[in-house]
Amino acid sequence: MIEVEDLHKHFGSKVAVDGVSFTVKKGEVLGFLGPNGAGKSTTMRMVTGYIPPTQGKVSIDGADIEDNEIAAKAKIGYLPEAAPLYSDMTVEGFLRFAGEMRGIPSGDLDAAVDQAIETTFLEPVRHQSVDTLSKGYRHRTCFAQSIIHDPEILILDEPTDGLDPNQKHEVRQLISRMGEDKAILFSTHILEEVEAACTRAIIIDRGKVIADGTPDELKARSSNAGSVRLKASGLAGSGIQAELEKLSASREVEVISSDDDGIEARILPAKGKGGELGKQVSGLCQDKKLSIEELHVEEGRLDELFREITKTDSDD
Amino acid sequence: MDAFITLLTDFAIPTAVVAAIFIAIVKFALPREVRTIFKRELTSYFTSPIAYVLFVVFLGISNALSFFFTGVLEGGEADLFLPYFQYLPWYLVLIAPAVGMRLWSEEQRLGTMELILTMPLAPWHAILGKFLAAAVVLFGMLVLSFPIVWTINYLGDPDNGVIMAGFVSTYLVALCFLAVTCVVSAMTRSQLVALLVSVALCMMLWLSGLPQISEFLTNMKGGWLILWPFIKLANVLGVMPHFTELAKGVLGFRDLAFFITFIAFCLFATSVVIRLKRA
Repeated sequence: MIEVEDLHKHFGSKVAVDGVSFTVKKGEVLGFLGPNGAGKSTTMRMVTGYIPPTQGKVSIDGADIEDNEIAAKAKIGYLPEAAPLYSDMTVEGFLRFAGEMRGIPSGDLDAAVDQAIETTFLEPVRHQSVDTLSKGYRHRTCFAQSIIHDPEILILDEPTDGLDPNQKHEVRQLISRMGEDKAILFSTHILEEVEAACTRAIIIDRGKVIADGTPDELKARSSNAGSVRLKASGLAGSGIQAELEKLSASREVEVISSDDDGIEARILPAKGKGGELGKQVSGLCQDKKLSIEELHVEEGRLDELFREITKTDSDD
Repeated sequence: MDAFITLLTDFAIPTAVVAAIFIAIVKFALPREVRTIFKRELTSYFTSPIAYVLFVVFLGISNALSFFFTGVLEGGEADLFLPYFQYLPWYLVLIAPAVGMRLWSEEQRLGTMELILTMPLAPWHAILGKFLAAAVVLFGMLVLSFPIVWTINYLGDPDNGVIMAGFVSTYLVALCFLAVTCVVSAMTRSQLVALLVSVALCMMLWLSGLPQISEFLTNMKGGWLILWPFIKLANVLGVMPHFTELAKGVLGFRDLAFFITFIAFCLFATSVVIRLKRA
């Protein structure tokens, strides 16, 4: 439904987006990750047709966002990063305006406004002026605006920003529920959100896509995926540590505690050996007749991958 | 009683007819998108204090000055051009930018520009909708200045056709100033900057039509001739001669065409500014 092909954006000599391509199909929720200033918002602004790309193509359900602007925009619901609102309107007035702009016939407008207010829990502030709303309510009012016409495609720039933990949870559930029959692209810098709501995630940095996959695939790419947590006794801790370090699949042993009769440690895998480390460690324990109190293989963590692949770039 | 009937037939009914035609156009002829923007914008003028403040300021200045300083009563003539209409554009140089300054700069300050420009509408829908809303506010302002018309009809027997021409030409000048303000307000997110720059430009637009400048052009000599094309251009764009012609009741096609072309050009320029802003 959303097809983005080799998108570039230059602001003067600064390259904000540098050849981004991806697709989002119906029933997919694509999480858009990246450090601040990576080009997330700029990409979303090009996908929604707010700013024209320097180069590249965006097509929304077959309609080109530049050549067939109005048809493409009609299919999108968009929540901009700053959640902008007209401060002189009431919540209901604003949603009616958004509904009319979206071409909802006046007979269906009341129902659409009610539905959007219910979905985003805005009933308590329905008649309140936008001016007097708290940040969380403002954000949800703008969110309500993006779903009022029940769009096939939703583009949400940091939809949980400024919400409290309960509201964040609600919005995540809402996104995964709506994701069943829509194509959703949302950006965030909260990694747990990706695991909670996305079917697929993209990490971008300095305008380039540097990782693309399901959350599980991405986690497995973390260099610490497959590291082993071990608590064992039967031998002096330093001796066990030395043995662990000799394993071909181990890169580093982080000792948590060590004494004359045992060790508690996290063993990190050597590059590309994440799958073998667990077996090697348990084999070692059998050979040396250690008694194991705890041994488990950790799956990778998204935040580790995120730090690893975006770290070198954030130096400058 | 006679004066009342004259006022009704000469002013109230024509004004009501124009208003009715305008409402019909907005309701039935304009695209839904223009209508929605127009409605929101007009409501916003009257839910905030700005429309009321501007009404009071404009009516206060224009009526007070004409009664106390320019001598509408002492002139001994039942005529409004000399004591009243010829001064109105001077106030409008300030008032029209004050009405229009928020149109696009507010949209940029709030960030709602991103919202409406990602909705399924063409930029000209929004430009026209906003311009029309501000135009209605200016229209309301001129309608509310009827007491002076009533006074002059009560005291004497003026040519109401000429007075009506004065209102029409004043309104066209106001729309020109408003159109200039539209372009400027699309350039900045600060209403104050939009106001100051627009006032300066409107003032130039008004003054560059002064007869003295035309005279200066014909008498230019020597090195000054380098500046001739620029001053000539400003002079051609000057609204004053067109205003004066129309306000005296000379219904010239050329003057009307000037106003319409000028406004259309400014609205087009607004769309160009918005496109450049987005890129």
